[in-house]
Amino acid sequence: MFHEPAKPSGKDPASTYKTRIGNWMFLLYALIYAGFVAINLTRPTLMEAEVLWGLNLAVVYGFFLIIFAFVLALIYNHLCGKKEAELADTDTEKGK
Amino acid sequence: MAIIIFLTFVSFVLGLSFYFGAKTKSASGYYAAGGNIHWGVNGIAFAGDYLSAASFLGICGMIATSGYDGFLYSIGYLAGWMVALFVVAEPMKRMGKFTFTDAVDAKFNSKSIKLMAAISTLIVSVCYLIPQMVGAGVLVQPLLGMPHEMGVIIVGAVVIIIVATAGMTSTTYVQFLKGGLLIVFSLIVTVALLVRGLATRPDQGGKVPFHVYAELVTAMVDGKVVPADTTFAVTEIKVVKDHTFVKLTQEGKASWWMNAEKDGKPVLKECQWESQAPGQPKVVNGQAGGKLRLVGSLSAINGDASPEAKTGPVGPFTFLSKIGAKDTKVDLWKFSKFKDAGGAEVSVHYSYTTTGNKILRPGAKFKIEGTWLERLDFISLMLALFLGTAALPHILIRYYTVPSPAAARKSTIVAIAAIGFFYILTLYMGLGAMVNSVINPTENNMSAPLLAQTFGTFLFAVISAIAFATVLGTVAGLIVASSGAVAHDLMDRFMNIKMDEKQKVKAGRLAALVVGIIAIMLGIIFKGQNVSFLVGLAFAVAASANLPAIIMLLFWKRTTSKGIAASIGVGVISSLTLIALSPSIYKQFGLDPAKAPVPFDNPGIVSIPLSFLVLVVVSLLTKKKEHLEVG
Repeated sequence: MFHEPAKPSGKDPASTYKTRIGNWMFLLYALIYAGFVAINLTRPTLMEAEVLWGLNLAVVYGFFLIIFAFVLALIYNHLCGKKEAELADTDTEKGK
Repeated sequence: MAIIIFLTFVSFVLGLSFYFGAKTKSASGYYAAGGNIHWGVNGIAFAGDYLSAASFLGICGMIATSGYDGFLYSIGYLAGWMVALFVVAEPMKRMGKFTFTDAVDAKFNSKSIKLMAAISTLIVSVCYLIPQMVGAGVLVQPLLGMPHEMGVIIVGAVVIIIVATAGMTSTTYVQFLKGGLLIVFSLIVTVALLVRGLATRPDQGGKVPFHVYAELVTAMVDGKVVPADTTFAVTEIKVVKDHTFVKLTQEGKASWWMNAEKDGKPVLKECQWESQAPGQPKVVNGQAGGKLRLVGSLSAINGDASPEAKTGPVGPFTFLSKIGAKDTKVDLWKFSKFKDAGGAEVSVHYSYTTTGNKILRPGAKFKIEGTWLERLDFISLMLALFLGTAALPHILIRYYTVPSPAAARKSTIVAIAAIGFFYILTLYMGLGAMVNSVINPTENNMSAPLLAQTFGTFLFAVISAIAFATVLGTVAGLIVASSGAVAHDLMDRFMNIKMDEKQKVKAGRLAALVVGIIAIMLGIIFKGQNVSFLVGLAFAVAASANLPAIIMLLFWKRTTSKGIAASIGVGVISSLTLIALSPSIYKQFGLDPAKAPVPFDNPGIVSIPLSFLVLVVVSLLTKKKEHLEVG
């Protein structure tokens, strides 16, 4: 049932790259999240302002935080996968 | 039908558990499902683990009574997955074997880390178990007509069987099924809600007539309230804080009303009430053994307050914009407790009206415009939600069920997609409950299943069965994590008790039994608390105890084993102490919340930085010594 064989997790040549972009993306998301908390605390009535399709800032910002998380995750996975494939190709060529 | 669907679901879950139980022979199979679950399955199972009673019951319930403030939990819980994905997922998979302790101890092989991390896993898991068990109790009441305590015991017993028989494999597939079904059926409820639209007299598709609460015109005669309708006689007046409640009698029947104003004129508004005299059965709205009516409705939609006002089917954005409009009015309920003249304990439930724009922005529950301490409490909550996810032991152990770090990453992304989508639905389900008269005035956790009930018994039965399985699955995951902490981290690795593979699995199962019994007891003690609030506290403990250790281990080379152990210990103790002395816990145990020594409910703002600070200071103090010891 949807099982796949466990791979031995040896040294990952892409780990430095993945950590670096992971940290930057985390920082970006954390800043946007902090912005949400900051608006709530400093200008709570601003959250009532209508911004898009009749929705107020609170709803739009909340939905954006959820959807942006997914988009950022996809970009991260794409970049990590690309780097892993690139380094795997380099290793194979070296092996030849 | 509800009972049949429910029992079928639970039987299927147990059958699955026994099937995988027969296959579980090794410790790796028990704690980590052999490390070979597909990332797609693991991703949905992550969602199943994460979308616990807190998400489905607690968040929807809190949105139903507090509006957007409940949705803040959805935002915070989802945002926490960014920490899990970008910072924790792959390193955890690379470092660990079965448990969180394995990961933080991978570099040092330290006895003190093993002990502290195992204790932390146990405490966080038990904190997280409490709201799940409370959720189980509230679910069983309307579904099977059993008391809260019985629901808690049933869940505890079923989960102990699941975990003690099969461990992580069955837990994974239960979570996969449940996570998937929860999202699909929540979507069905949301679509049905949008098709129904909004109305000022919600009658659940014509099935349940909307109760219009009466108002009596009054006059003040000699400083006393006198109803214009002379068939009513005032028998008692009670002032509680800012409200005046009036007991009226009409043809020998008593009822409670609240003093209010309408168009500048004094009126009495009909209330719901519960009364219990010593040694007498409880009387609800004048009937012994009666039930309170479900509440929550709109009294005006975009300024239209007529009884016929309704929108018909609406789109997802229109639904939110109409509820959130300034000229939309929402009727919500509060209650006051007091002793009447005859010595009976009385709870009077009364309605109040607020505008849509205040419902669809923060501030109804969290006092973001209040004192600096109240604002600090809000920051503290948002911080704990953001940092807590990546530190939850039952989430962390799921990284060991997949075959590789890349699979750990991919499964996290599937989880983010599934969980994010579900959390958007929570806003619709919560607001739907708020305006469809399905909120139980004494307990908001059942708002989402009761909303489903307005669309038919089948949907109610399925949603309740899924919600019950939600509790089962999450509790199972937590008990696997706890049993891993006891049997693997403490007995095997800390105490060095020599055990073969079979004995390790047996020890894990025994530990599962003990933790399960503790969870049952706590689930009974914490009856009545909002489950999402309780989970928020568990997040704070996790973020304080575990996250500083994980982050600093990954990013600060001068971290020492003693620094990690001290940080975990301080994180656990400080967060638990702050919670124990907080206003909410004082209230839970019948004490005056105003006398609580800690003036805020969420401890994260103090305990998380403190835990980081302790790690840095102790690491700097012990760095040289550890180098010498290693040398």
